[in-house]
Amino acid sequence: MRSIWRTLDRGLARDIGLVCLADCLVGVSYGAIAVSSGFPLWLPMLMSLVVFAGASQFMFLGIVAAGGNPFAAVLAGLLANARHLPFGFAVGDAVGRGRGARMFGSHLMSDETVAFAMAQDEAERRRAAYWACGLGIFVCWNIGVLVGAFAGTAISDTGAFGLDAAFPAVLLALVLPSLRDKTARLPVLVGVVVALATTPFLPAGLPVLLALAGVVVGAAAKEPELEEAR
Amino acid sequence: MDGVELLVATAVLAVGTFAFRFAGPVLRSRVKLSPRARRLMTLAAVVLLAALVAVSALTEGHGFAGFARPAGVLVAGVLAWRKAPFVLVVVAAAATAALLRLAGVP
Repeated sequence: MRSIWRTLDRGLARDIGLVCLADCLVGVSYGAIAVSSGFPLWLPMLMSLVVFAGASQFMFLGIVAAGGNPFAAVLAGLLANARHLPFGFAVGDAVGRGRGARMFGSHLMSDETVAFAMAQDEAERRRAAYWACGLGIFVCWNIGVLVGAFAGTAISDTGAFGLDAAFPAVLLALVLPSLRDKTARLPVLVGVVVALATTPFLPAGLPVLLALAGVVVGAAAKEPELEEAR
Repeated sequence: MDGVELLVATAVLAVGTFAFRFAGPVLRSRVKLSPRARRLMTLAAVVLLAALVAVSALTEGHGFAGFARPAGVLVAGVLAWRKAPFVLVVVAAAATAALLRLAGVP
């Protein structure tokens, strides 16, 4: 564990800290919304510990609070979280080696941790960024939810602070360096178009998964080049 | 909805989500991937993250998210492309969206 803190430079630690702070504030709003929607106090806290996936947690609350079927709410949440499967393939080397480390590391996986890990060049830095971001967000998110659940409606409108714009901005800043590689641009463009075009019609989570169609384009386009290179 | 139902639903969502998270690292440690397969895995994550950016910046539910949020993300994108510091990128996104909303832009 100590090697993580040694590998982490101050700039990276500061960037991760900012994301943790933003997620903490969103956690406060999650806790407040859950309790003010009439859910028991333990639900947002337990969910944030054992599910630990913000978008699916908000979705679950929204569906159940609107009188929806809990089974449908679980399915919607699982669909939103299915993207962790391909994420795990991509950052698996950063997650951990031993059984326990791999299990705990997997639980810490989120969009932000994956994006921070992918933005690092060396294997050691990838691992450090993944764990520092994962642990930081886990602690800050759960503290935020705890505060929100007890403080009630203190920050129920994260829109007023522009926090809803901060989340895509974080991912965009981390993913942009990958787009300087020209071979990634067409697959990304196809993926983004497919996701946006299907969002009005499909349940949340599915459009993002369908973006993987862009990878198929990338795989098909890359093959001939590789053959030529040989 | 009673407490037991909520507890069961939380447990199922937690177990299912963990399975999705755990499967990737485990499978990856068991199979030896070719450099090409590894590149495609990385590309898949980049495509997914980019799609998440687009969907979370532009849409809310099944509709348009309004102008303030995409404007904030656009400012962030320009700053990030010009290699501005990460903190500035994120704060500028939030501040742009917040100020636009203060001015009455949805």
